[in-house]
Amino acid sequence: MARYIALLVAAVILLGFLWFGLLRGDPRALPSPYIGKPAPLFVLPTLKDQSKTVGSADMAGKFTLVNVWATWCVQCRAEHQFLMDLAAEGSIPIYGINWRDTRPEALRWLQQLGDPYVASGFDADGVVGIDWGVYGAPESFLVSADGVVLFKQLGPLSWDIWERDFVPLMADGGASQ
Amino acid sequence: MIPEIGQFALILALSLAICQAVLPLIGAHRNDAAMMGVARTAATGQFVFVAISFACLTWAFVTSDFSVLYVANHSQLSLPTVYKISAVWGAHEGSLLMWILILSAWTLAVSRFSSGLPEAFAARVIGVLGLLSIGFLLFALLTSNPFERLIPAAADGADLNPLLQDPGLAIHPPLLYIGYVGFSVAFAFAIAAMLTGDLDQRTAKWTRQWTTLAWLFLTLGIMLGSWWAYYELGWGGWWFWDPVENASFMPWLIGTALIHSLAVTERRGLFKSWTLLLAITAFSLSLLGTFLVRSGIIVSVHAFATDPTRGFFILSFLGIVVIGALALFAWRGPSLDSDAGFGLLSRETFLLLNNVLLVVATALVLMGTLAPLVIEMMDGSKISIGPPWFEVAFLVPTIPLVLLMGLGMNTAWRKQEPSSWLAVLRIPAIAAVLLGVLLPLMFYGRVSLMLAVGCLAAFWIIATSLVQPIRSLRRKEGAAVITRSALGMSVAHLGMGLFVLGVTITSAFNIEADRALTPGESIEVGAFEFEMRELRDVEGPNYSAIEAVVEIRRDGEYVATVRPQKRQYLVQQNWMTEAGIYATWNRDLFVALGDQLGNGAWSVRVQYKPMIRFIWFGAIVMALGGLIAVSDRRYRVKATKAEKVSGTAPEAA
Amino acid sequence: MKPRQQRMLALGLAAIGIAIAAAFTLRAFQDNMMFFVEISDVVAGNYPKQRNFRIGGLVVDGSVEREEGSMDLRFRVTDMACEIPVSYVGVLPDLFREGQGVVAHGRLGEEGVFVADKILAKHDENYMAPEVAESLAKHVENKTAPLRDGVSECNPNDS
Repeated sequence: MARYIALLVAAVILLGFLWFGLLRGDPRALPSPYIGKPAPLFVLPTLKDQSKTVGSADMAGKFTLVNVWATWCVQCRAEHQFLMDLAAEGSIPIYGINWRDTRPEALRWLQQLGDPYVASGFDADGVVGIDWGVYGAPESFLVSADGVVLFKQLGPLSWDIWERDFVPLMADGGASQ
Repeated sequence: MIPEIGQFALILALSLAICQAVLPLIGAHRNDAAMMGVARTAATGQFVFVAISFACLTWAFVTSDFSVLYVANHSQLSLPTVYKISAVWGAHEGSLLMWILILSAWTLAVSRFSSGLPEAFAARVIGVLGLLSIGFLLFALLTSNPFERLIPAAADGADLNPLLQDPGLAIHPPLLYIGYVGFSVAFAFAIAAMLTGDLDQRTAKWTRQWTTLAWLFLTLGIMLGSWWAYYELGWGGWWFWDPVENASFMPWLIGTALIHSLAVTERRGLFKSWTLLLAITAFSLSLLGTFLVRSGIIVSVHAFATDPTRGFFILSFLGIVVIGALALFAWRGPSLDSDAGFGLLSRETFLLLNNVLLVVATALVLMGTLAPLVIEMMDGSKISIGPPWFEVAFLVPTIPLVLLMGLGMNTAWRKQEPSSWLAVLRIPAIAAVLLGVLLPLMFYGRVSLMLAVGCLAAFWIIATSLVQPIRSLRRKEGAAVITRSALGMSVAHLGMGLFVLGVTITSAFNIEADRALTPGESIEVGAFEFEMRELRDVEGPNYSAIEAVVEIRRDGEYVATVRPQKRQYLVQQNWMTEAGIYATWNRDLFVALGDQLGNGAWSVRVQYKPMIRFIWFGAIVMALGGLIAVSDRRYRVKATKAEKVSGTAPEAA
Repeated sequence: MKPRQQRMLALGLAAIGIAIAAAFTLRAFQDNMMFFVEISDVVAGNYPKQRNFRIGGLVVDGSVEREEGSMDLRFRVTDMACEIPVSYVGVLPDLFREGQGVVAHGRLGEEGVFVADKILAKHDENYMAPEVAESLAKHVENKTAPLRDGVSECNPNDS
C-alpha cells in the first residue's frame, strides 16, 4: 500500500510544481521597466499626413492608451475590433504607433478595418518602438495625465483584460489627482 | 448562422456527454440495466453533434467566412482549398475541436465493438470516456471557442502559417491525435477494471487490441511529424528533442510498454496492477503533452499561442485525472497483484525488463524536458538542454532494450529450456555479428564502436524477428501456422530493426556542407557533385520564390536535378526554405538555399543522408505490425464465444 | 530458486543497471546544460569559461557585415545596455533580421568576439524568446537609441 501512496504523492508534487510554473506567469508577459515612470518623449509624423506630427505633447493632461500596431501582425487584426469598440465607447483617447510598417499598407488597413486612433504616429524604422521598449506588436501602454506609464499589455487587448488591468488603474489614478 | 449552429451543437454534445458519463456509471454501480443502456445511445448522439460542429467550422474555412475570428486569423482567400481544410486544425481552437471529435469517434467505436464485454464493464468504460469528453468540451467552450465572431468581418484573412501549408502537416496532427486520444480508451479500461475490482485476461485482451490500434496511429503520427520536420524546417535533421516532440514521444514509449505488459496480463494473468498503472500513465502523459504545448509554460518552436487560463484549465483537468486515477489505484491496485510465478529464463522476465527500460527511457525524456523549468524555478538561471544530452542519455536504456528484444521474442512463456533457446538464437547471432561489422565496412569503408553496436543491434533484431515467420513457412504438414498476433509482433520488431539501421547509418555517414555558390559553381559531397545551374524567380499561388536549379552528378554522370526554393509568403511576409531532395531507397541528396550573399552568390546547404528513409520506413513497418496484430481473429472468435456463454449480450456487430 | 527469489534477483539486477545508468546520464546532463547569459554579464566577464553558452538580444541595425559572396558573417547583438560582436559561418535561419531578436549558441573567442556555432531567430513573427525579452527589459532604461548610434553607456556592473 505504501508504494501506491508514494506514487500518488509523487504525482501531486509534480502537478504542484507545474502549477507554480504557471503561476510564475506567462514567460512572455514581462514587466515593463517603464511602469510607474514617465513615458519616453516622442514625436512622429502622422500616418495620414506626413507634414503633421503626433507626440507626447498631444497626450498631456489626460489618460491615454498608446497602442503599437502593424499590418504584418496577425494578433493586431484580432485586437482591432476591441480598439474600435473602445474608441466608440469614448472613455479614453487611443494613440497609435504604426511600427515597422509601410505607409500604403497601414492606410489600407485603417480604411478597411476602421480607424480607432485619435492619430497614429508612423514609426517605419522602429526607433520610437525601441525607446518605448517594444518587443513585438501588438503592445499597449496606459499613460496617465502626467505622462506616467501605468500599465503595459503585451499581446492583444480584450474587454476582459481591459476591465481587469486597465480600468482599476484609471479609477485609482483619477482619485489621487 | 452556420458558426452558431456549430457552437450550439457543441453545447448539445456537452449535455449528451454528461448523460453518457453520469447515468452509465451510476447504472453500473446499482446494476441498473436501463441506466447502463443509455451509454451507447448517448455516445452515438455525442459523436453526431461533435461531428456537426466540426463540419460547421470546416464549412466556415472552405467558404472563407472571415466573420469568424479563428478563420480570419488562420486562413486567407488565395489559400489552396486543401490547406483551407487542414487549417481547421492549424491552431489551438480548431485542433482542440478535432481532439474532441476524435475522442467521440473512439467512444463510438468502443460502444459499437464492445458487445463481447460484460454490460456493466462496457457501461463503465463508456462512462469514463464521457467524463473525459466533458472535460474537453468544457475546455473548448469556456476557454477556446473556435466560433467566436469578428464583427465586422475582415476583408481577408491573416493566412495560415506557411510552415503548416504542407501535405505532411495536414495529416500529421489527425494521426497524432488519434494515437494520443486512443490511449484514453486504455485509460477508461483501466478505470473500469479498478471500479469492477478485477482485470481478467479477456478484458486484458480487449484492452490490448485497442491500445495497439492507438499505438499504431501514434507511431504513424510521430513518423510523419519527423518527416515533415526533415524537409520543411529545412535543415535536414529528423528529430530535435524539442519539448513538443518529446510530448508526443513520452506517451509512445509508455504505450509501447503498456502493449508489452498487457501481453503478460493477457497470457498469464500477471503484472495486473503494473498494467493498470501504465494505462493511467500513458494517458496522463498525453494530457501532460497537451498541457506543455498549449499552456506556454515551455517555449518551443511549435508551441501554440499562449494563454495562462488555458494552462490552468488543462492542469486542473490533468490533476483531476491523475489524482483521481492514482487514488483509485492505491485503493484497488494492491488487491489485483497476483502471486503466480515464472522462471528466470522466460518471456515474462524479458517483458519485465522491456517495461523497466522503457519506463527509464521515458523518465529521462521527461527529465530533460522539464529540467529547464525546474532549474529556472529553483535558482533563476536559464538553461537549455541540448540534443546531445538526449542522444547520449537515451542510448543508455535503449541499447540493452534492443539487444534484449531479440532474446525476448524467441523465449517461451513460463520457462524456457536454455539448450533449445541457444540452438534457435545461434544463427541470428552469427548473422548479426557478421552483417553488423562487415556491411558498414563493405559499403561505407569504415567501422567504429558505436557504428558496430548500432548495426549489430539492427541486424540482431531483424534476424531474430524473422525466426518465427520463417519457421512457420517451413513448418511440417499439419503444424500450426503463426498467429496474426505473433506475426504482428515479428513485423513490428522488424520495423524497429530497420529503424535502428537507418538511425545508425545516417548518423555515422551523413555528410553535410554549407558553401557559398554562384550559378555555374559546384561543390562535391562524398561521391556526388552538385552544380548550381541557375537561379530564377517562381510565382506560387500565395507566395513568390527564388528557385535554384541544382544538377547532381556522380562521377560525371547525370543523377538528378533538384529545385530548392526560398519562398516569401505574400500575406505574412515570412521567408520559408523549401529544400530540394532527391531520394532513393538507400540515400537522400538534400539541397537547401540559405541567404543571398551578394555578388550573385547564395549560401547553400548540401547533405548526403544514407539510409535515412529507413527511419520512416521502419516506423511504417512497426505500425503495419500493429495493424496485423489488431486484425488477429482470435480476438473476435473469443468474443463471440463469450457471448454465447453469457447469453446476455446482444448480437455482435 | 523459487519464483519469488527469481523475481527479486531480476529486479535487483535491473536496479543496479539503473543506478549505473543514472550516474552516467546525470554526469552527461551537467556537461550539456547550456546557460543563457545576458550580454552585459558577458561584457563584465561573468560567463561560464571553457564551455558553450547562449546569448540573446537584438541584432543592431546596420551591423551585419559580410564579405561579398562569402559565408563569413559578423554582426553585433545588444541587450539595450551593452553589445557584443558575434561571428558566424553558415546558413542563417529564415527569420534572422536586423533590429530583431536573436539567440546565439557558442563561446567567447579572442578579443571579446562571440563565436557562434548556432543562430536561432525568433520563433514567430510577433514575439521573441522570453529570456531575450526579459534581458532587454532589464536594460532598456539605460540606453540612448543604441540601435542607431552604437552603445553610448555600457556599465555592465550596474545591472
